[in-house]
Amino acid sequence: MTDSHGSEGHPAHLQHHFDNSRQQFSASKLGMWLFLATEILLFAGLFVAYAVYRSNHPEIFIYAHYFLDTKLGGINTMVLLLSSFTMAWGVRAAQLGQRKLLVALLSLTLLGGFGFLGIKYVEYEAKWKHGLLWGTNYNPESHDDHTGADEHAEEVEEAPTAPETGAPDRLNLEPTVVPPSATGPAGTVPPGEGLPHGQGAEPDNVHIFFGIYFLMTGLHGIHVLVGMSLIFWILLKSIGGAYGPKYFTPVDLVGLYWHLVDLIWIFLFPLLYLIH
Amino acid sequence: MSTAATTPDSNYLNVTKGALSWLLTLDHKRIGILYLVSILSSFFLGGMMAMLIRTELLTPGDTIMTADQYNQVFTLHGAIMIFLFIIPGIPAALGNFVLPLMLGAKDVAFPRLNLMSWWLWITGAFIAVASILINAVDTGWTFYTPYSTTTGTSVTLIVTGVFILGFSSILTGLNFIVTIHKLRPKGMTWFKMPLLLWGLYSTAIIQVLATPVLGITLLLLAMERVMGIGIFDAALGGDPVLFQHFFWFYSHPAVYIMILPAMGVISELISVFSRKHIFGYKFIAFSSIAIAVFSFLVWGHHMFTSGQSELVNMIFSALTFSVSIPSAIKVFNWLATMYKGRIQLDTPMLYALSFLFLFTIGGLTGLFLATLATDIHLHDTYFIVAHFHYVMFGGTVIAFLGGLHYWWPKMTGKMYNEKLGRIASVILFVGFNVTFFTQFVMGSRGMPRRYFHYQEQFTSLNQLSSVGSYIMAVAFFMIAGYLLHSLAKGRKAPANPWGANSLEWHTPSPPPFDNFDREMRGVDPYDYTGWKYDESIEGYVPVGGGDGTRDSRAV
Ligand code: HEM
Ligand SMILES: [Cu+2]
Repeated sequence: MTDSHGSEGHPAHLQHHFDNSRQQFSASKLGMWLFLATEILLFAGLFVAYAVYRSNHPEIFIYAHYFLDTKLGGINTMVLLLSSFTMAWGVRAAQLGQRKLLVALLSLTLLGGFGFLGIKYVEYEAKWKHGLLWGTNYNPESHDDHTGADEHAEEVEEAPTAPETGAPDRLNLEPTVVPPSATGPAGTVPPGEGLPHGQGAEPDNVHIFFGIYFLMTGLHGIHVLVGMSLIFWILLKSIGGAYGPKYFTPVDLVGLYWHLVDLIWIFLFPLLYLIH
Repeated sequence: MSTAATTPDSNYLNVTKGALSWLLTLDHKRIGILYLVSILSSFFLGGMMAMLIRTELLTPGDTIMTADQYNQVFTLHGAIMIFLFIIPGIPAALGNFVLPLMLGAKDVAFPRLNLMSWWLWITGAFIAVASILINAVDTGWTFYTPYSTTTGTSVTLIVTGVFILGFSSILTGLNFIVTIHKLRPKGMTWFKMPLLLWGLYSTAIIQVLATPVLGITLLLLAMERVMGIGIFDAALGGDPVLFQHFFWFYSHPAVYIMILPAMGVISELISVFSRKHIFGYKFIAFSSIAIAVFSFLVWGHHMFTSGQSELVNMIFSALTFSVSIPSAIKVFNWLATMYKGRIQLDTPMLYALSFLFLFTIGGLTGLFLATLATDIHLHDTYFIVAHFHYVMFGGTVIAFLGGLHYWWPKMTGKMYNEKLGRIASVILFVGFNVTFFTQFVMGSRGMPRRYFHYQEQFTSLNQLSSVGSYIMAVAFFMIAGYLLHSLAKGRKAPANPWGANSLEWHTPSPPPFDNFDREMRGVDPYDYTGWKYDESIEGYVPVGGGDGTRDSRAV
């Protein structure tokens, strides 16, 4: 049942330039950690963009985050956390040579990935429908007609993406910290339009938030997809019994990757959904 | 893989045959050669662009092309030289070949990633070159917004190419870090490694940590162009200067990706050709790490004139000054190594000496630029162009050429014509200074960089600079000529032509497929007492007899 390719002193998985399996394993693991470091730095660029724009325009973030669905985001956080748990357990199962358990846990993890993407799809679709998009594509259908603050507040409440959490009219919006362009760096805001129109009104450039939202969650979503493909691949191999106490490197490494994907979401969720 | 015949004449070059045995090879030596051929082709392409630039600048205004074409040509020159040639240059070509050999190892830790790195390079290069054919970019190699988001040229395509090239660079770096950590032989502690490995190691740290930031920057730029996200667009509330921060957060460390391995090569050459133990080993080793760390903290010196706050400017200025300290430490240690050495002026050493001279000028002029008051005057003039050519060309390319000549016998098993080698290196040195010293003068007198048209008063200096570049072209054709000639007609190389002691010289030239026929142990790479010159093979042999490729103790 279990694959015993370690019998001849030179196991099949051992590449010729390594002295022994332990050296090969620790090399792979170090390589993976370095790769994860590059992933973190890739996202770091977006986190910096987030920090810069949030500190310059807190009002945009406070206003716009009400359009995100905290409930769905919260559920998704749980889904990913659970899938991280099944993944970690799967690594343990691989180490102990429990093949069936491993297959079951990997399948569950994969399911978690599908669940996450499904919910994300629902969220994206709602944003798409209401024109809550980036840059020039930001065109909330209910906001076509710029007339008055009160009207805005009402419509926001109607929008299915801004649920019970509260309408912007309850907010005490702080004015932007970027001064009007007469005194501030040239070009940041058109003269006289640097301040929000008033309490509850939509501040300028709300699309910036959605640009950042889609970039961050989109890049994260791509990582979820990659992670799922990797999990699918080791799932297939584990059905064939490729992993056991002597050789479980791929399961271990894919596990690390999946935890990273999870970890990034743990940061994205509060930063995007839970702004105060 | 292990079925390779092991007759005495079998080596990594002839062990298997056919194009596929090269294109799909996992052997680090062959991958090094693949990279070498690839980057040299890019260098040729970039060099042709340089000739076009210098020819255009022979007279003010339209000489051989229009202003728009000029913008495209200098952009491509910069982008090709930087992303395709100089960043992969020493690590991926020379480093790939020698790093495992210096470690006495059979290969890098991840041979398949290594091959993938090369294929990614090919893919990225192909896309970048395709963008030239479609509608060549005219933004300068720095892709500054807002121009890069509005120009009609194929920015998105070239940026995609550079993104892929970044991946290739990350894989090389990752591979080297793991290899150095995990595959050192018995007896080779960190402080018994050849200094090139410290150079490659610190380079690899930057490759791994900085390149992803370039990746996200380029991704944002592409998104800006394709989807209009507005992050860098002032009209949409975005910030174009943020792009500059992002870009230089990678690209300043990237200049150390270029120079650190070059410094590693120079450490080897200076010691070997002075026949003297390297001076201040630990200082050189740690200064590499110090440079790698500092390199992440100085990017703002590219934006002194972009409207940063004065406080930020002052901090970046001070940090920039401090990064030159470790560089200077190295230079002093190299000088101390040469002091009272028995200096041999072989071709690689001539390059090492050129390096010392040119890099020192380049580094010192960097201090002029790090000084806030002078930078206001010098920023975006030819002074910058001269500064970075002194460090990148005078530093990295010269060191690369030194290394290429030094390891050529090991890589190919052939000796090149030494006399022509020396002559070419001197011509190159002269041509270089004629070309670029002139640019310091023009820049300090106010000639702006990236200009197609210039004032009459700069004509003669520009012409002098162009003549210098033609002199360099002669040197490069000479080098290409005698190196290619050596492949066909060169004398067979001895195992150790220079009397060096790092492990790659303890195996035949060219090395066998498995690198060594025995298990290697660490030695002091800078102890040359064990080797003596043997007239009959025009190379060095161990004092105790034998040819040094076998170690009787280990058998
Ligand atoms: C000794 C330490 C060095 C110092 C203090 C230094 C300082 C500077 C400064 C302050 C600038 C910006 C000037 C401006 O745009 O106004 C600059 C530009 C530049 N430096 Fe250095 N530098 C040093 C070494 C190097 C090295 C080793 C390299 C590459 C191998 C390099 C490559 C460049 C490049 C490519 C640019 C200009 C990029 C562009 O705008 O296109 N520098 N340097
Ligand atoms: Cu810099």
